[in-house]
Amino acid sequence: MFKITGADDIPESEDVLANDGLSEEDRKLFSNARPKRYEPYPVKAIEDFANWARANSLWILGFGTGCCSIELRPLMTARFDISRFGVAGRPTPRQSSVFVIGGYVSVKTLKRIIRSYEQMQGPKFIVCLGSCPANGGMYFDSYNTINRFDLYLPVDMYINGCMPRPEALLHGIMELQDDIKAGKCDGANRYVDNFDWYKANQKKVIKNWNMPDYNW
Amino acid sequence: MGNLTNALLDRLQRDFEITEITQRNPRLTTFKVDKEHAETLVRELRDRESYTHLNFITCIDYIEDGIFTLVYMLQNYDLNCMLGVHVDIGRDNAEMTSMHTLWGQVWTYQRELREMYGINFPGSPRLEEDFCLEGWDDIPPMRREFDTAAYSTEHFGHGERSTEEPRQYMKVQFYPNRGGDEK
Repeated sequence: MFKITGADDIPESEDVLANDGLSEEDRKLFSNARPKRYEPYPVKAIEDFANWARANSLWILGFGTGCCSIELRPLMTARFDISRFGVAGRPTPRQSSVFVIGGYVSVKTLKRIIRSYEQMQGPKFIVCLGSCPANGGMYFDSYNTINRFDLYLPVDMYINGCMPRPEALLHGIMELQDDIKAGKCDGANRYVDNFDWYKANQKKVIKNWNMPDYNW
Repeated sequence: MGNLTNALLDRLQRDFEITEITQRNPRLTTFKVDKEHAETLVRELRDRESYTHLNFITCIDYIEDGIFTLVYMLQNYDLNCMLGVHVDIGRDNAEMTSMHTLWGQVWTYQRELREMYGINFPGSPRLEEDFCLEGWDDIPPMRREFDTAAYSTEHFGHGERSTEEPRQYMKVQFYPNRGGDEK
């Protein structure tokens, strides 16, 4: 009854990825299919219900990428209590739906972020904390940190500050929930539609690309 | 002076030709030594004078004089004081004897200096591996001739972006009906 397109790894056409970063024998171990869009449910009531469910059970990947991740820790305590929003920390990308980019992103971390993000199951969202992913922040002139995260992965919510207080984070989570319920958070589909552009930006910065082009 | 007795200083001057002895604060003394005497001096201080702990190894880039100054900061727990050993090496093809046999943490500092300044320590383990920077293809970035702001603008540019003047922007936010006019 429901048409759900997912991640079948059998490419239907000749439009496959090159996977240049891998050696010849490793290339046989990884898929070279392009990523697929996550289509909404055809019946609007079911899609609204699904969006409500997604918004009220945002599971965060436990990968603190920079200084702003330290603001996630008070959130889990009794004073700010993020679990009343349904948010829980999960250990692996396959189990989580939100990737919180906490703080500055060095080139070394960006490679791991891309690998983790591409392994998450859709629909997935990215929340950027602090001013460093927005415009470079305190490290705008560093040789090792990127200045604008939006060029490499699609972002659904920016929370400003250096670093944002836990109340600001809660406000951001609530805004994200409103956006998800309105159906506006399509970061995962944006990534699929502009995959070549994002991949070109990523490869310009990450010089030792020794993983598949799409890490599903 | 301070925690170093004059007898010790005379002996070090005679045996290792140390110069420029300075007391920076009641707990820190520094002096300079030549490259060929550096390792034996540090070993002597560690074994006989109970400067048993190495705090850090760092590098100061004197680009005007064309030298790197390596600083080995030693700690004495009996006298509760620190001793900085300064060693000058040239900036081009910089090389220094490796001291990784003296303490367990030295090879990490030497890996960092190799990546950030380009100083070679022959014999130190895992020197060619990437430490913090992966796929780095420019000059070692902590050298003073490296322009980090220019590198950042060139490689991590912003793309198209617009900026607002904060005062004017907030005025328009607060007084939208008057077009930002406070009066």
